[in-house]
Amino acid sequence: MRFYFFRILILLVLTSISSLKAAGICRLQTDNLSQDTSVFVSPFEEDNQRCLKCHGQAKYQYTNESLGKEVKALMCSERIVRKDEYYKSNHKSFSCTDCHSADYVNFPHPGELRMEYKMNCIDCHSGDEKYHFDEIAAEYQKSSHFKLEEDGFSCWKCHNPHTYKISERNVDNLKETIRYDNDICLSCHSDFSRFQLLTDREEINLIKKHDWLPNQAAHVANVRCIECHTSVNNNLPVAHFIKPKTEAVKLCNECHSQNSILMASLYKFASKEQRRDGFFNGIILNESYVIGANRNEYLNLLSLIIFIGVVGALSVHIWFRIRKVRNNY
Amino acid sequence: MYLYPKWIRLWHLINALMFIILIVTGLSMQYTDKENLQYVVGFAIAVKWHNFAALILTIYYIIFVAGNLFTKNGRHYRIGKTSFLSNLIKQGRYYGWGMFKGEKHPFPVTEDNKFNPLQKITYVLSMYVALPLLIISGVGLLFPEIVIHKFMGVSGLLLTDLLHIIMGFFLSIFMIIHIYTCTLGSKPTTLFWGMITGYHRSDEH
Repeated sequence: MRFYFFRILILLVLTSISSLKAAGICRLQTDNLSQDTSVFVSPFEEDNQRCLKCHGQAKYQYTNESLGKEVKALMCSERIVRKDEYYKSNHKSFSCTDCHSADYVNFPHPGELRMEYKMNCIDCHSGDEKYHFDEIAAEYQKSSHFKLEEDGFSCWKCHNPHTYKISERNVDNLKETIRYDNDICLSCHSDFSRFQLLTDREEINLIKKHDWLPNQAAHVANVRCIECHTSVNNNLPVAHFIKPKTEAVKLCNECHSQNSILMASLYKFASKEQRRDGFFNGIILNESYVIGANRNEYLNLLSLIIFIGVVGALSVHIWFRIRKVRNNY
Repeated sequence: MYLYPKWIRLWHLINALMFIILIVTGLSMQYTDKENLQYVVGFAIAVKWHNFAALILTIYYIIFVAGNLFTKNGRHYRIGKTSFLSNLIKQGRYYGWGMFKGEKHPFPVTEDNKFNPLQKITYVLSMYVALPLLIISGVGLLFPEIVIHKFMGVSGLLLTDLLHIIMGFFLSIFMIIHIYTCTLGSKPTTLFWGMITGYHRSDEH
């Protein structure tokens, strides 16, 4: 509050500059995307390298003892695990054989291993009290995705165990989190070759399906698909109850209002800061601006005072005019 | 006397209609809540109508500026250097005091002097300062991808929106006062008829 008036003054000056930019008159480059450059050294580096030697790239080679020669072949894209991505993922500290059969160390791999049980998140994370995986599983079982389990849907369709990074707490670069999370949805919903593995439906044109949404590009860049397509559960870091499309949020007011649902989802981890310099839902202002959700209580009050002042002054003027007309009679 | 040619009357009519739509839809967008689903109009409809009215308003603003550049009408918006402040005070004093005492209008309307000093300054500020800023910031909000992401840690969109709503608010206040001052003719409707017919009756205050 101490520097409130100073801040407002600065804001007004900057507003003008920002608008020049809006008009293309002034252009400044401020984006500075941080990149993870950490190099993780796995205790299982040597063991894992035996697998990654072939599975870490698109091409692999082996000695065909029957033919007695070196053979080069392409690795199936589903079986490729990029080393750099794996060692940046949440599961980076694991050995490949923690989740896969130890028999995979043999090559050629025994054929029956193709039928091995593929572990799910809950197989390891059950009972977890930090992220409430059991509740996530319960939410997932209510979701539209769960209905596709018979056709092969599983946690891994969204969360690649070899690359997945938890991102919902990355409030320092929310845009990156939004892009990362939306890419998960789009990896199936905008890639028909993956989409048709799970459904017989025709290809969906997402842009056309969402053409009711004003300024579609801005929405996709600033909110996640799950903001509208899930039911928020306050116990969970990220909602996993994907609602049927008929129940998706379609009312603008759900987000564009003082009690915006974004505060319980996208801005959940930073939403303690409800107000800043009089702006409601101030935390949104870190990354974005949402019409209707970011109104300012001081400006509201000031505008009301000015409005009442003007109406009052005009009323007094009218009263004097009426008095003058009466006096003339 | 004939003061308002057809193009000015058409521009004025469209400008007024679009501005009313913009105020109603703008307020609806800014203040709609989940509990109050339709402030005046629903958010989605408000967005569509706001964008449509803004586009029309911008086109007519360009016509207005071009008209003032290429016709004699532009001379009414030129503020003279001499005695402007004292004339402004004189006009303000007339509105606040003199007109109730039966004093003569200090700056009677003529073909060469359509606006009194107070009108002139408010029209110039409204049409050549506030409205361009409103349009520029509106373009920024319509195409948010062209707005600077952050400026000294403050969201560029926020700054753009602040400018937009502040200019919108002041122009709305201007419109209220403008409509009221148009009742100051010899009859409350005289000046309105002038803008409809194009002919100004010279016996107003």
